[in-house]
Amino acid sequence: MDAQSDSAEHQRPTGIHLDAAAVAHPAVGGSVAPMGRETVFDCQGLGVRYHGTRALRDVDLQIHSHAVTALIGPSGCGKSTFLRCLNRMNDLIPGAAVDGACLYHGENLYGPDIDAIEVRKRIGMVFQKPNPFPKSIYDNVAFGPRVLGMKDSLDDRVEQALRRAALWDEVKDRLKSGALGLSGGQQQRLCIARALAVEPDVILMDEPCSALDPISTAAIEDLMMTLKNDYTVVIVTHNMQQAARVADITAFFSVDQGETGPRTGVLIEVDATDRIFTKPANERTEAYVTGRFG
Amino acid sequence: MNGATRTATAAAQRSVHASLTGHRHRSITATIFVAFIMLSTAVGLISLAVLLFTVLQDGLPYLDPILFTNGPSMDPNIAGARPAILASVLMAVVLVATALPVAIGTAVYLEEFAPKDRWWIRLIELNIQNLAAIPSIIFGILGLAFLVRGLGLGPVLLAGALILGLQMLPTVIIATREALRAVPATVRQGGMALGATRLQVVRREVLPAAIPGIATGSILGLSRAIGETAPLLMVGAATFVSFNPSLLSQYTVLPILIYQWIRLPQAEFQGLAAAAIIVLLVILISMNGIAIWMRNRYERKW
Repeated sequence: MDAQSDSAEHQRPTGIHLDAAAVAHPAVGGSVAPMGRETVFDCQGLGVRYHGTRALRDVDLQIHSHAVTALIGPSGCGKSTFLRCLNRMNDLIPGAAVDGACLYHGENLYGPDIDAIEVRKRIGMVFQKPNPFPKSIYDNVAFGPRVLGMKDSLDDRVEQALRRAALWDEVKDRLKSGALGLSGGQQQRLCIARALAVEPDVILMDEPCSALDPISTAAIEDLMMTLKNDYTVVIVTHNMQQAARVADITAFFSVDQGETGPRTGVLIEVDATDRIFTKPANERTEAYVTGRFG
Repeated sequence: MNGATRTATAAAQRSVHASLTGHRHRSITATIFVAFIMLSTAVGLISLAVLLFTVLQDGLPYLDPILFTNGPSMDPNIAGARPAILASVLMAVVLVATALPVAIGTAVYLEEFAPKDRWWIRLIELNIQNLAAIPSIIFGILGLAFLVRGLGLGPVLLAGALILGLQMLPTVIIATREALRAVPATVRQGGMALGATRLQVVRREVLPAAIPGIATGSILGLSRAIGETAPLLMVGAATFVSFNPSLLSQYTVLPILIYQWIRLPQAEFQGLAAAAIIVLLVILISMNGIAIWMRNRYERKW
């Protein structure tokens, strides 16, 4: 199993893969990265193995600032795994090993001197199920600033974060009450506020609306559109309509069924969202977005 | 026609009624099973009630201020349990100060920091589980050989407390690990994703969230240690202590005093023993009560 995935790597040198990508996505560098957007992440041949079993392979993907990038694809395609590579959350999963490079503003996140804690300070994350701490609303937002030593004008910082997460007006009168008393949608916006309070550069969201009702979902989607003015936003979503609504750029992942080996996630295509949904270059993308597969 | 329809509807209704009610007395096995589990519960409850009744009957007449103010005496009219009560309380204090931090620290390390896939961690875990099942007299022998003689502590209260602490470790470690495991992984991920270190997440989020479970486990372990007799007999708890105990003095504790009084021939001492049992029971029940109160007070729903 291991040897098989290793040989797959050897047969696919990055250069050839890059060429293939360039052919498949003529838009790279054009409409995908419009003027004024800088490259935040530049993943080169990124892959992940869990206990030696390859879950994700050879992802070459650039993610740009001030845009919402959506990662879509069927279950098991590795899109969440890929997202967790971007802030080294995979480090916390026993048996997970990352190969390839993930450049963040030109610096490889998996370089030898990189401190994962520092990475996560800059690259915040919001999870599928709202996971506020079992304490007050205020203490939830203040947690990050407190542990990172940003204690000056904590009240202002908390208020700013809650305002940016569009939650301030709903909770300003009960900051000291428990976060678990909030509704699911409010809890998720609280988690977003919690991430914003440490002034990150990037917000990663792993299916942030999958546990929410349509109204809360709409609120979070509105929020994503606002957040991209100040942050780089990357979301994983099962919901193609959501990607179509909020994302500027969409990356489609799928599963390669190895002949003998395990199922492995691969990046099929990345392009401006409207192109992915109207005239995708790859037939697998088309099959997925038109509902014929996945 | 209308009448025919109505008849048909009524027939359908009857058949539904029959199908929903027909099998009420079907299962004789279920009845036997319920009877059996109720009987099992009754055995425990009845023996407990009989025990309580006889203890109260024998002991209540002797439950007077003398029991709390006087030291032991061969004269049952002036014999009291003051040194033993004080020693039991002091022992509880020493256990809280020594065994609990060690046990909770061990549990936090094993649950939050230890590399779980290493063979030596698994060995430690296996050992802790085995230690929980070791008879308490064995701990007494260890205490006698290692603390009392080996380290030369002598038969003092500190030695007794340390050996009870050792015996209590596995129980509290296991309970604390359960409590830590009950804190959802998403809480840890949430903290780590903000750039907190593992230590910060454990100290600020995981431990506070696990406090109800840790407190319950600790108090249950503690109350078991307070009721323990056998290992203390091994490490030389004296029976006739008329002075207030200190850490480095001879001592006797309530269970040992009870054990001694019951062996005496005079009927009055049987009554005194029963009264001391009541005191011990009240201490243990209030400790368990505190555990239950803390669990309800701080219990969190995820």
